[in-house]
Amino acid sequence: MLAACNLTVPKRLAGVSLELRTGEVTAICGPNGAGKSTLLACLAGLLDGGVDAVSIGGTALDDLHPEERARLLGYLPQSPEVAWDVSVETLISIGRLPWRGAPAGETAEAIERAIIALDLVALRQRPVSQLSGGERARVLLARVLAGEPRWLLADEPLANLDLAHAATLMARFKAEACTGRGVVVVLHDLAAAMNHADRVVVLHQGQVFADGAPQAALSEAVLAQVWGVPARWLGEPGGRALSL
Amino acid sequence: MTRLNLTLIAALAIALPLSLLAGQVWIDPFHPAVANASTILMELRLPRAVLALCVGGGLGAAGAAMQGYLRNPLADPGLFGIAPCAALGAVLSLWTGAIVPWADAAWTLPLFALIGAGTAMALLSLIAGREGGVATFTLAGMMLASLAGALMSLAISLAPSPFALSEIVTWLMGALADRSWHDVWIAAPGALLGIMVLRLAGRGLDALLLGEAVARSLGVNPARLQAMLIVGVGLTVGSGVAVAGIIGFVGLVVPHLVRPLTDRRPSQLILPSALAGALLLLIADCLCRVLPLAGGELRLGIALSLIGAPFFLALLLRMRRGHSADGGWG
Repeated sequence: MLAACNLTVPKRLAGVSLELRTGEVTAICGPNGAGKSTLLACLAGLLDGGVDAVSIGGTALDDLHPEERARLLGYLPQSPEVAWDVSVETLISIGRLPWRGAPAGETAEAIERAIIALDLVALRQRPVSQLSGGERARVLLARVLAGEPRWLLADEPLANLDLAHAATLMARFKAEACTGRGVVVVLHDLAAAMNHADRVVVLHQGQVFADGAPQAALSEAVLAQVWGVPARWLGEPGGRALSL
Repeated sequence: MTRLNLTLIAALAIALPLSLLAGQVWIDPFHPAVANASTILMELRLPRAVLALCVGGGLGAAGAAMQGYLRNPLADPGLFGIAPCAALGAVLSLWTGAIVPWADAAWTLPLFALIGAGTAMALLSLIAGREGGVATFTLAGMMLASLAGALMSLAISLAPSPFALSEIVTWLMGALADRSWHDVWIAAPGALLGIMVLRLAGRGLDALLLGEAVARSLGVNPARLQAMLIVGVGLTVGSGVAVAGIIGFVGLVVPHLVRPLTDRRPSQLILPSALAGALLLLIADCLCRVLPLAGGELRLGIALSLIGAPFFLALLLRMRRGHSADGGWG
């Protein structure tokens, strides 16, 4: 269990308490500036200020060795710039860095599994500069999966992706949750959160405004109060769309 | 040990003995007609060649590490201000002759340069602090470099005697002429130790491939990585400047040449860059020795800048034409 207890970051988060479970996809939603990315970075142990307040399985992140933490928590930032034009396979192998000293066979297998999971077999030798946006997003996710983390924390993984690629990625997140991982995703696309997440946490001005099943946490009343727009959900459960 | 490294080691193994034969006096290994051939080889050319290997290797590795750390193919080991501070130390050694007449210039100048490099390293660690952010640190290093440059100009303009002045200006241009074994003892430990530290930093540099946040999430301690960079670059560049003066462009050009031959991960670039830097400096120094030039020989630092500047320009033009910015030439 990944838990935040009264997590406070000046000007960003004001006393956020959350208990996240493995085996489900949790979406963090909220308007711009609500503190979504800050919360995710704190959960990943990347912000010094927030570390004491976050614990994993009862152990404060601060008390973990950085490499041990890295093996537990995989972090996928919002489309990071790749500094050098490495091949897809090399980039994915970066995800194995926390497993220093692991047998070479194990490392190769983990990389192979990540490549297959995201359907990158044909692209493995391709330089990352020659990838399309969708391919790139898959490679970056494969990099995190290669590290075989217990928790997958992704910051707006669907930004700039077309419909099909976004669906592929969401399906992958659900599949990872089914294998027992915890998946926490910051999502701007409320329909994606509504249709695919098991649980939605709505942040508003640095505080948890709503937390629960998507239908409840993203109800039309919440949308009106947090986003300030009168919106209506259309369609059936699992295939909902938002109408303004 | 990769094939690239083995190839470079083989090239060095061939180039090193051959380089010893070339110079103002050419030595035929089978018919040594020159009277004091063994003295020339052992006391003049061998230490000089070993120094070229140490200095070139250190600069190559430092350049590769700096480019990896700053995630920028245009980074150069001089950026952190270690080389200018070492040069400032060397210039300040001018006054020791006036204050301590018995001081041996052969030792004081390198010693002062090493103290300068050490001061730069200490200042950089103070600046670095606990957070280990790249941008602030680099800016601070560049300020340190320009401050050291200004102080050096001031020190040169206040030189105690015109002879000392001309000597130090020539020295700053960088050369390996007339060096002996004691210079090797000054430079070699720092260069080797520095290259080893930079090799250890390779893992952290790889993690930086996707930026600082990902590096942290992969378990890299940014402050520790920064400390390793300071020590590694400080030792290699500091000891290089102490014995050879300012030698530019090796640290910039060599990683570029080598990168397309590797998988482009920074960790895989450090050792080949060290070997290629050693080879480049060995060959360049050999050419300087052989090229006829009125009034002595071409200064190594000048020769390398003459090669390096056009290379850099070509690189910029390629980048403008839309080639990958990290030196892909295939």
